[in-house]
Amino acid sequence: MANPVVTLFFRELRLAWSGGGGAALPVGFYAGAATLTPLALGPAPDLLRAAGPGILFITLALASLLPMERLFQADLEDGTLDALGASGANYTGMALAKTSAHWLASGLPLSLIAPVLWVMLQGPGAAVGVVLACALSGSLAFFFIGAIGAALAAGVRRGGLLIALTALPLYAPATIFGASALYAVSEGRDFGQALNLCMACAMAAVALGPFAAGAALKTALD
Amino acid sequence: MANSFTIALKLDDLAAVRGYRTLFEGMSLALDPGSLLELRGLNGAGKSTFLRILAGLTRPAAGKIDWLCASEDHAFRHFLGHLDAIKPQETVRQQAMFWASFLGVADSRHSAREALKVVGLANRADVPGRGLSAGQRRRLALTRLVMAPRAVWLLDEPLAALDADGQTMVRDLIKDHRKQGGLVIAAMHGEGFENAQILDMGEFTPRQSAVTDEVA
Repeated sequence: MANPVVTLFFRELRLAWSGGGGAALPVGFYAGAATLTPLALGPAPDLLRAAGPGILFITLALASLLPMERLFQADLEDGTLDALGASGANYTGMALAKTSAHWLASGLPLSLIAPVLWVMLQGPGAAVGVVLACALSGSLAFFFIGAIGAALAAGVRRGGLLIALTALPLYAPATIFGASALYAVSEGRDFGQALNLCMACAMAAVALGPFAAGAALKTALD
Repeated sequence: MANSFTIALKLDDLAAVRGYRTLFEGMSLALDPGSLLELRGLNGAGKSTFLRILAGLTRPAAGKIDWLCASEDHAFRHFLGHLDAIKPQETVRQQAMFWASFLGVADSRHSAREALKVVGLANRADVPGRGLSAGQRRRLALTRLVMAPRAVWLLDEPLAALDADGQTMVRDLIKDHRKQGGLVIAAMHGEGFENAQILDMGEFTPRQSAVTDEVA
């Protein structure tokens, strides 16, 4: 007999990748935005090196926001959330299962292509490990903070704007530390402190996000 | 096993508010194990809200709900709202298996197969949710009741969209559930169930808002 949270996690993972799940959309958006950057800014390596790390992190934040609108709204609209809630399951566990499944479905692929895009934007090839760590912690922070906004806006039709307004201000710390770690590593400075702080943002988001999102879900059902 | 469940319900002075409108107030009643409560009333009388309150989804504006049950387990309810909780991209079998496993059924594969036979979807097991008719969606939702034994069934118009066979099936399921001591509370229009207690929501509609409605 599996734990309900684990069961829900695997179902969400399957749904995210099946047709209409939309897990590939953020990845496509991220790759597209980063590919267009050299076309818009021009191919000069110096300029790309100066703008690249910032653009890489901004587009990561925006790409992470894309799956948020449907994260809980789809379940609220088709009655799944009613059935889950009435079954006596724990809302925090539900938020944790759903958010981590969606992170695994789209956040992890986002992080994995970040090093490729980094090299494309003239970043030093030796730093791809740091870029991967930055993107992993950044996307974790963005997904779990975004989930709070998603749960708050679940009951609102076309709530995407509301999610952006509630989640984007909270993206600030992770963006600041993640991007500064990327700049540090591209300029050959010490990136440890910034990277650690970015990881701390991710851990705080993973630890607190599900509680806030779970409480918001409960309100959305009321 | 004559009585697998022992659960009773006591409501004390329950009230519900939606927006600024009081749907019902002063509702007190007691239900014994094995009883069936039929909610009757006009559209908008608060039947669905009442069910959601009992399901623990909506908070009542006032009053007390006591589930008098032997165990402390809080997983004792099934709620079948007017939405069927069907995912368009998942097959019937996958959805039944998910719910079996989520609701803590030991052998989810086996129990999903048996439940699909009971609700008459065994030959549609590989159809994705988007290919189901309204009645078939309702039948798939009913597998939750069949698979996981829970003491309380909260049903919002359980016969809606079902054909004659389906309605007989639901009546039989409810009869069996009551025999085992389970509670059934159902919002109904049309023909009701055998020896059911009737609760007319209109009796609890506050008089004042009825007057305002007429004026409006």
